[in-house]
Amino acid sequence: MKTESKLEKVLASGALAVTSEVGPPRGAIPEKMREKASLIKDHVDAINITDNQTAMVRMSSWAGGVIIKLMGLDPILQMVTRDRNRLAMQSDIIGAYSMGINTMMCLSGDHVKFGDHPMANGVFDLDSIQLVQMVRKMRDEGKFQGGADIKSPPKMFIGAAANPFADPFELRVMRLAKKVKAGADFIQTQCIFNLNKFEKYMEMVCDRGLDEQVHILAGITPMKSVGMARYMKNKVPGMDVPDEVIKRMEGVSKEEQPEEGIKIAIESIQRLKEAKGVHGFHIMAIEWEEKVPQIVEKAGLFPRPVL
Amino acid sequence: MITAEQKPLKEIIEYISPYDRILLVGCNECVTVCAAGGRKEVGLLASALNLHFLKQGRTIDIKEITLERQCDPEYVEELISEIDRADAILSMACGCGVQTIVERYKEKPVFPAVNTKFMGASESQGIWAERCRGCGDCLLGITGGICPVARCSKQLLNGPCGGTSNGMCEIAPDVECAWCLIWERLKALEMEKRYEEIMEAKDWRPAGGGGPRKIIREDLSL
Repeated sequence: MKTESKLEKVLASGALAVTSEVGPPRGAIPEKMREKASLIKDHVDAINITDNQTAMVRMSSWAGGVIIKLMGLDPILQMVTRDRNRLAMQSDIIGAYSMGINTMMCLSGDHVKFGDHPMANGVFDLDSIQLVQMVRKMRDEGKFQGGADIKSPPKMFIGAAANPFADPFELRVMRLAKKVKAGADFIQTQCIFNLNKFEKYMEMVCDRGLDEQVHILAGITPMKSVGMARYMKNKVPGMDVPDEVIKRMEGVSKEEQPEEGIKIAIESIQRLKEAKGVHGFHIMAIEWEEKVPQIVEKAGLFPRPVL
Repeated sequence: MITAEQKPLKEIIEYISPYDRILLVGCNECVTVCAAGGRKEVGLLASALNLHFLKQGRTIDIKEITLERQCDPEYVEELISEIDRADAILSMACGCGVQTIVERYKEKPVFPAVNTKFMGASESQGIWAERCRGCGDCLLGITGGICPVARCSKQLLNGPCGGTSNGMCEIAPDVECAWCLIWERLKALEMEKRYEEIMEAKDWRPAGGGGPRKIIREDLSL
């Protein structure tokens, strides 16, 4: 084992891992963190704490992580390179690790243009791949990015994101290979709605042997309505929602659409459980955390392993 | 070249309103090419300002001069014959030109009439686009001749991010994804393998992270 991460242990045991996420509140409301985390705590192995997601200011990821760590849960510290330079990132990593957080996700982050501070300057001192490299260097070599030794280095289990659906498709596996080479231990993917395309992607991943070097958690998002499905298809860059999915949501009454969305999510998990190289699922139920237990149970991923 | 755009007339008027005699100085270099501060724009701005003050019942004296190169002390010296007759200087050059005048004529207030934008190239008539950030350590030799520092919205050195759609950047439908361009170029040059080499964290010192930059050429200095 490289770290004390519970996620690493679950993945090493060969079980399919389950992660989900909690977006911190836009205010000093620690109870909101506890409330959201309580909804999913028994059904997941670890919980991503997003980092100023959609470029909107929120409680910091590490603080949110500490709050749920104190509940005995396992936070995954998300970190975007948009808001901090390498000094700030390294100090936050040491700080978070000192508070018991041992798993993190390395991301570049949504562009500031999409958030509530479009006038801010994006930092991007590093990109997500260089962040992965930095965290690995801190852990495996005990050195800061600048080269100096770290006294008692933080040992993070390192995650990165992959979007199998963004253009150009032919580059997506190569980009994943770069993240693996940089030191990613696990990958959480973008929301998967186009299962055929994702399975093709996974075949290409396995052809290159990447499935043996990194744990891939397939991203699952239940849709609440056909409106949400259309929005994701048309408005969210890099999202691939096939027409069949839209039609299926349209095919049921408005009241039944949330249930249909959950059904699609469960069926997706059941199908992708069989995909070679898929080592678990990352369930992103956006402001719909209460549905995570039902999805996990019906997809046959419950109970979670006790380690 | 350095691109620029004229500031809103209102802002320019606010700067110069307290003065009666203005020296309006254009530049024959970049700002002439991008039609922001050459001889022609100097004439147009002088007319617009004269008209504005006339409407207010005020006449101000605007002397028009366009220098060969406003960022060069040698040419800025040419203002010496006019400087005493001016209460203030309004420069239509880039920020480099403005500051060269400031350094030479310390006793006069100098105001910018343009916003200096970026280092860019002309894409077509009337359109200029950013191409270089002056990072001081050119990467074009390994990125197929497309600059990710200037042209990727997130300045990613190992892109593209997940927001690419049909070759365009997520920030706007008319912004090309630099990493899609790089990838197409590498393919055309049969250099696809290069993509998988990780570009290490950039040293931003040559880009300005190490403080204001200077080039000293001892072979040329006197």
